[in-house]
Amino acid sequence: MSDFTPTEMMTIAASRALTNDDVCFVGIGAPSAACNIARLTHAPDITLIYESGTVGTKPDVLPLSIGDGELCDTALFTVSVPEMFRYWLQGGRITTGFLGGAQIDRFANLNTTVVGPYDHPKVRLPGGGGAPEIASNCGQIFITMALSKRGFVDKLNFITSMGHGEGGNHRERLGIKTKGPTRVITDICMLEPDPVTKELTVVSIHQGVTRQQIIENCGWPIKFAETVIDTPVPTETELQTLRDINARTKKAHQGTKEAA
Amino acid sequence: MARLTSLAEAISENVHDGDTVAMEGFTHLIPYAAGHEVIRQGKKDLFLIRMTPDILYDQLIGTGAARGMKFSWGGNPGVGSLHRFRDAVENQWPRPLEIEEHSHAAMANAYEAGAANLPFAMLRGYIGADLTKVNPNIKQVTCPFTGEVLAAVPAIRPDVTIIHALRADRKGNVLLEGIVGVQKEAVLGAKRSIVTVEEIVNELNPPSPNSVVLPSWAVTAVVEVPGGAFPSYAQGYYPRSNAFYIAWDEIARDRDTFQAWIEENIMKARPEDFAKHAKKAA
Repeated sequence: MSDFTPTEMMTIAASRALTNDDVCFVGIGAPSAACNIARLTHAPDITLIYESGTVGTKPDVLPLSIGDGELCDTALFTVSVPEMFRYWLQGGRITTGFLGGAQIDRFANLNTTVVGPYDHPKVRLPGGGGAPEIASNCGQIFITMALSKRGFVDKLNFITSMGHGEGGNHRERLGIKTKGPTRVITDICMLEPDPVTKELTVVSIHQGVTRQQIIENCGWPIKFAETVIDTPVPTETELQTLRDINARTKKAHQGTKEAA
Repeated sequence: MARLTSLAEAISENVHDGDTVAMEGFTHLIPYAAGHEVIRQGKKDLFLIRMTPDILYDQLIGTGAARGMKFSWGGNPGVGSLHRFRDAVENQWPRPLEIEEHSHAAMANAYEAGAANLPFAMLRGYIGADLTKVNPNIKQVTCPFTGEVLAAVPAIRPDVTIIHALRADRKGNVLLEGIVGVQKEAVLGAKRSIVTVEEIVNELNPPSPNSVVLPSWAVTAVVEVPGGAFPSYAQGYYPRSNAFYIAWDEIARDRDTFQAWIEENIMKARPEDFAKHAKKAA
């Protein structure tokens, strides 16, 4: 397959990071698409959990919100939100958290709170939601977002959720026992933290993308790993699965636009 | 015992200017009809609490009903920003909004502490997060047994909690099902509570002995408002109107279109108008 968009490549590459054995805390948007593609292709037994309390959910269409009825209807069971965060997340039962963000830095810290000073923000973003504790309590974290200078910044205005902090063994020093971000999947390449410095480095490049493009789209001088591979292109099955669920989703979210 | 009453009475008797008010609902069962009645009655200086303030709180903020808000995620889920919330924080329009921002885990724990009659909640949270630098209500507590340092936040004890539930019986016992969020905790932690329901039935018949039931003696007022959660949804009654959530982005982006919408759909409307949404059940 050669006929695919960068966003499709990003979603499919992200889906491949997940396995059948994962118990995955799913963020809304791009992570939700990737997690469900994994479930519908190579990882049919993956457990998907949304913070609204739905556990083992198998939506036929992608939810617009983290609490669409579709998630509850297709879940193995649904718990209250305090139980979700206390027993299941803080209890250490989640292997993988899948997050998106507005901004990320070289140590995979995320900002979804403000652009500009907190007290007088230039742009007020929605905030952290579940992310601060997802980032520290899940076994590991995957992040997916398109690579751009606006999103991949040299310095964050605000750390909403900690990745590798200042790098190195910062997580360990704070007493965190989980791995933190282990992979960042973008629309043109994939990044992983350097084993020692924890700085994100390019490990895989999507088809048709040059190193120069990656350098130009990143807000810090980005490093490349010693061995950089070509990301395998999407298979026919992966692409068809993604396009089918997107089509079903679009149809489901349209409907009558009437006022309350 | 809960009083079965009208929405206008329930709001005028239980929501006072300056109150701390939680209108909860985690995407599901958001009490839109009750929130609109709060706006219609011109309640002011409210301090709003909600984990996921969405369109309803955008409406309350944009009409100037709120002096502040405690929250953990303020957006239009899957769509983008809450424009009225942003306008209040970025430009102080129509008035400045004091914010107290937390994470979901902290808010959920804080509601539970409120229901449990405890002064604070603790969690293994906020590690390495900047919210601890801007919110003085996030503190630390040391475990007396292990020495582990944990995050502490005050319990949530609203003056009044407002929720929407599926149904109630004639005595005022209330049933919730599906995504139940933090509504049980929010009601039990509050001084007063108002529950709107899709229908009032002769027998509640909870589907399981473990169903989420709020007994009449733990609720202040119960009001039948069919369709009262629209454009949110009521499990088994009607689906979420994702189309309306998408449409809200345009309505709220501009102050004039927002105000025109409020005038037409809240100030000139009545609680009974929500019933048309309930009738569309599949």
